[in-house]
Amino acid sequence: MGTTAYDNNEFHQARWNEPVIYELSTPGERGIFLPEVEPEIEDLAGNVLDELPAGMCRSKSPELPEMSQMRALKHYLRLSQENLGADFNVDIGQGTCTMKYSPKVNELFVRSPKIADLHPLQDESTLQGVLEIMYKTEQFLKSISGMDRISFQPGAGSHAILAIVSIIRAWVDANGLTDTKDEIITTIFSHPSNCAVAKLKGFKVVNIYADPVTGRPDFEAFKAAVSERTAALLITNPEDVGIYNERIQDFTDLVHAHGGLCSYDQANANGILGVTRAKEANFDLCFFNLHKTFSSPHGCGGPGSGVVGVRDRLIQYLPVPLVSFDEKTDHYYLDYNFSKTIGKIKDFYGVIPVIVRAYAWIMSLGARGLLEVARVSVLNNNYVLKKLLDMRGVTAPYADRETRIEQVRFSFQKLKEETSCGFGDVQRRICDFGCHIWNSHEPFIIPEPFTIEPTESYSKKELDEYLAVIEQIIEEAYTEPDIVKNAPYNSVVHHIAEHKYLDEPDLWAITWRMYKKRYNDYFKKKA
Amino acid sequence: MFKLGLIINPIAGMGGSVGLKGTDGKETLGLAIQKGAIPSSPERAALALNKLIKVSNQFKLITCPGVMGEDIARKCRLDCDILSMALEGNTNSKDTRNAANLLFKQSVDLLLFVGGDGTARDLALVIGEKQLSLGVPAGVKIHSSVFALSPLYAAEITESLIRGRKTRPRLAEVMDIDEEAFRAGEVRARLFGYLQIPGVDRGLQVLKAGSSSLEIVKQQAIASFFAEEMNPDLLYLIGPGTTTRELLRKIGHEGSLLGIDALKDGAIIGQDLNESQCLELLDKYNPGQARIVVTPIGGQGFIFGRGNQQLSPRVIRRVAPDGIIIVSTPDKLQALQGRPFRIDTGDPELDFKLAGVYHVLTGYRESTYYRIEN
Amino acid sequence: MKESFIHPFIPNSVPEVQQEMLKDIGVEDVEDFYSCIPDAQRYKGLLELPKPYLSEVELKKHVNGIINKNLSTEDLLSFLGGGCWQHYIPAICDEINGRSEFLTAYAGEPYEDHGRFQALFEYTSMMAELLDVDVVNVPTYDGSQAAATALRMACRITNRSKVIVSDLTAPDRLSVIKGYLYPDIEVIEIGHDSLSGLSNLDDLENKLTENVGAVYFENPSYLGFIETQGEMISNTAHNSGALSVVWVDPSSLGVLSPPSSYGADLTCGDIQPLGIHMFMGGGRGGFIGAPDDDKFIEEYPSRLFGIVPTTHGEWGFGDVAWERTSYANREDAKEFVGTGAALWGITAGVYLSLMGPKGMRELGENCIKKTNYALKRLASLNGLTVPAIGKHFFKEFVVNFDKTGKTVQEINARLLEQGIFGGHDLSKSYSQLGQSALYCFTEIHSRDDIERLISTMNLILNA
Repeated sequence: MGTTAYDNNEFHQARWNEPVIYELSTPGERGIFLPEVEPEIEDLAGNVLDELPAGMCRSKSPELPEMSQMRALKHYLRLSQENLGADFNVDIGQGTCTMKYSPKVNELFVRSPKIADLHPLQDESTLQGVLEIMYKTEQFLKSISGMDRISFQPGAGSHAILAIVSIIRAWVDANGLTDTKDEIITTIFSHPSNCAVAKLKGFKVVNIYADPVTGRPDFEAFKAAVSERTAALLITNPEDVGIYNERIQDFTDLVHAHGGLCSYDQANANGILGVTRAKEANFDLCFFNLHKTFSSPHGCGGPGSGVVGVRDRLIQYLPVPLVSFDEKTDHYYLDYNFSKTIGKIKDFYGVIPVIVRAYAWIMSLGARGLLEVARVSVLNNNYVLKKLLDMRGVTAPYADRETRIEQVRFSFQKLKEETSCGFGDVQRRICDFGCHIWNSHEPFIIPEPFTIEPTESYSKKELDEYLAVIEQIIEEAYTEPDIVKNAPYNSVVHHIAEHKYLDEPDLWAITWRMYKKRYNDYFKKKA
Repeated sequence: MFKLGLIINPIAGMGGSVGLKGTDGKETLGLAIQKGAIPSSPERAALALNKLIKVSNQFKLITCPGVMGEDIARKCRLDCDILSMALEGNTNSKDTRNAANLLFKQSVDLLLFVGGDGTARDLALVIGEKQLSLGVPAGVKIHSSVFALSPLYAAEITESLIRGRKTRPRLAEVMDIDEEAFRAGEVRARLFGYLQIPGVDRGLQVLKAGSSSLEIVKQQAIASFFAEEMNPDLLYLIGPGTTTRELLRKIGHEGSLLGIDALKDGAIIGQDLNESQCLELLDKYNPGQARIVVTPIGGQGFIFGRGNQQLSPRVIRRVAPDGIIIVSTPDKLQALQGRPFRIDTGDPELDFKLAGVYHVLTGYRESTYYRIEN
Repeated sequence: MKESFIHPFIPNSVPEVQQEMLKDIGVEDVEDFYSCIPDAQRYKGLLELPKPYLSEVELKKHVNGIINKNLSTEDLLSFLGGGCWQHYIPAICDEINGRSEFLTAYAGEPYEDHGRFQALFEYTSMMAELLDVDVVNVPTYDGSQAAATALRMACRITNRSKVIVSDLTAPDRLSVIKGYLYPDIEVIEIGHDSLSGLSNLDDLENKLTENVGAVYFENPSYLGFIETQGEMISNTAHNSGALSVVWVDPSSLGVLSPPSSYGADLTCGDIQPLGIHMFMGGGRGGFIGAPDDDKFIEEYPSRLFGIVPTTHGEWGFGDVAWERTSYANREDAKEFVGTGAALWGITAGVYLSLMGPKGMRELGENCIKKTNYALKRLASLNGLTVPAIGKHFFKEFVVNFDKTGKTVQEINARLLEQGIFGGHDLSKSYSQLGQSALYCFTEIHSRDDIERLISTMNLILNA
């Protein structure tokens, strides 16, 4: 690509070589004071700890580090600098996760004591603001999905799948179909949790593979799979390969014809907001990730929020409580009145800060803005697709010459065959440029996979920046593969070459305590 | 120190360069040499060995004299111990078998062999499931799944083992085709046995995917599902393969790895059956009362016609298509990258009739529907 | 869309840029990318959504207008507990979890995301010390999920299909557990002594059949009292081949014994009290602690971070035994794993590093002394039965109002008028306790705060 406006060849990440926190401890130092217990309290409470039955009082203090406040702060600030947040990079390599901009103004709302310091059991009259936000966000999501009610209970996408399969389980059992409807059909490109959760809830699982040419789930195989035994279909559209399954309605119709339910995993909704909805494709349930499509930051892996939408006939099964509105008293309230509820999925009412951010995000874009989000994320994706396919060693299996929706699963198999540098090598090398690339969910049907999801947040200049980095690494792989093989050089740490420390029980150390028990010095095994 | 055994079949691949499709048998080799074939396997071996030079202080190389190892090792400046065996003239499969035996006795940690399907067959005969081995592909015919994708891959896997990566060995198929038929233009692969190879992870460098799960665990999961769904009234003809072998182990039997076993009501009622024995058994059951259980064999995903020729068209016709039960680990399916299963029963009409979508057990209470095409 | 609409969050809406990109792709119009979607599935027109507030000025005014309708525990004096507790949050906790580097990261590699791996490894290391166990997971959704998963782990480890839980298990948690264990694991409840609240050990013995894989209780219990029979319960479970699973409030562990010391095989709970804002019950993270034993470690569905060497002698980190997880193994995964509550794990780590052993001890002393002071003060008021159940308390206890002739609802309404959130009303969830409320006292309460409650209560009772 030659020259680009932005050259980050000189990048290197903060490298503090920060010790493990226990190495910073000095007995006697303190990080914070607690209030002194007033003498009157001491007097009246008496020697309460001594009154506890033997064995209930802690005899040995926990071995926590002891450090001054500033050193603790410095430690964590340095660790933060040794972490590449999405705010810092062109984070399009973390496909399927919709790494979009999380507006800073929304942080002000969730950090306000009016949100952060609410107790869940406060009188409802003092929670009207947050309940109003939940209620209105539900109305927005109803409009976006076409579903009739939305639950905010689940803590993230996989948790939403748990809620959905629990609803399916309850629906099957309530209708006396426990013995006949014992199968759930999903696709091999669906999130691994679909399969894992279905089995957890006592269903047999049928995985449908993709057609090797079109990349869509094989409809003939699907037809063979659907029967009276089918309790439900769990499907994503577009799947993680970014290909829209235009026959989706044939899939849902067939399952409905056999009396099953259809659930739409909308983790990949970013490219179709306002373009197509769960309702129009005849789905009975769906879920969104508020921490992906709706801009809440990912927090190193949560907290997130996976909201579940259902059509009328399933409302009574939703986890409780929902937020309802009493027009007569002009009052929002926690509504537990659902006759077939699956009960609680999570403590209290949902991940409030994530819901507040989603509300503010939708309110800052509106209907037109959401549509523009979708359109530009698709435009960006197809731009990246075009540019990457022009590079040596990169392929995008399936749907040759078709455009894609919001992401593409590419393969470095050709690169690996031609240079012996595979995805893992590129992944380590890309750190040297302040970028990141992810290996995609298993199973690796597409060999040496990587998934790029550009979202709407990045400018063409930024996309070009990222593409230039990939191009440079590919060039290195063909000319000086050892550069790629031995990477990283400019990241926080060097190559973690020995996987045995993660795979072998007598070598792994999951806590500092285990490390000290097993090793002297630097990974010198104790006898 | 890590002991690496090395066998190079110096003539592997020679036929290919002169259009001969393999070099098994003296006459063919002679023909190949006449035609001016140049050995390619030494080059392939060197490609792999050069990659290992950087860890040369961490392993001991033990190899055969002359063209079967020593020459190349010296060229690559690798110190090595030489097996005491005499080579006369052009090497043949006896030499390969002899070398394999000697290396096994020296308890090498890995036996690296450079060759093709014929070489793998020789190894399977002598060391089979006993010795961790890995093939560096150099032959014309590579139907066996005991080979790394390329010499560089083989070196990468070997290096990781030298560096101390623990592997979970798995059994991989040694396939070969009938070379005479092949030279006559007909492809007829057979399952000859198994070799123990390193459980290779996809993408060694990807931290999160440290190593793929034990194949055997997945096979056992399928076996549990199969046992749960088994109908005591039916006759099951269990085809060859490691996955099908686990089905029998689950219910307490040791099946014949390469043959057909018959199962009824939890008991083995026939072992290592040939075609006529299969037909005899089937005669005793009504249509619809018998099942054939098969697993795809070889990298191409063959359900019939590769390694299970005992299940002849006449046998298959008796149960097809509803009585065919397919079992396959997800890894095998994924390796097909979406390509359908294939069949080659030898009866084109039957092949045509069998094409369609089949239920495939892939795990515990987990299955898929997958296409067979011919 | 005729006129261009260039939103600050969407740079490539600039028409010239779009044209350039479309030209590169070889497509006429963005609309062409959607030609694969059949007409019947196309949503026509614009979604029904309110007019947006495009400027930050208006947005802020609008959202603040709504959230300012809330009254928070910063506005009023609160004695609410019940599984979500008001503790002091050191300023540095919010400083760190607000850093863009942590707040906006997701799933980077152990190289460029070294910081997150180390911070979470340190969190699990410190939690392990607090719990006195060897292994702790990267946080799951919340303490209830942790409890439910711990019970499933126990059943896998023992290869059994029933669990016994105390009938005084926190109601919401019990609902989560039952839902999560359904349909293959049966949940059996055992009774308690109505005076002491302690688990009925005879009932436990009777129900502890050979199919029971775990016995579960909470300490301190939902109703605030300390279950002092921990060792006996664990022993009883072990004698029958079951595991002991204990849910614990980590803020108590500076003064109370960790469950592992009285035989817990798996310890679980929620990190909310360790530096995480309450967020109306939305700020939570679940932990599960276990011994250094493969048979336990292999059963975790969660991610576990381990420390590893690098080629240059640095501390490196990575995922331990990745293939346990559903990410690696669709078919035979242990339950499932996904986005959890990592940011709160980092936050709890910051909290524990600031507190140190002394801080945790003082935190525990503050809670237990202030609670017992408040207990005695409330007991001195006419008509209140305090405690209504239990003998030893950490930071919560039940107050019964039956003899006052007033309902908790009435009392709490009057307290609210005076700027106080009274204890959580138990009259519906625990009707056997009559008109009772669960009161909570922590380090944030001064003697003045408690005395304000006493005098206000006194006025209400005598009105």
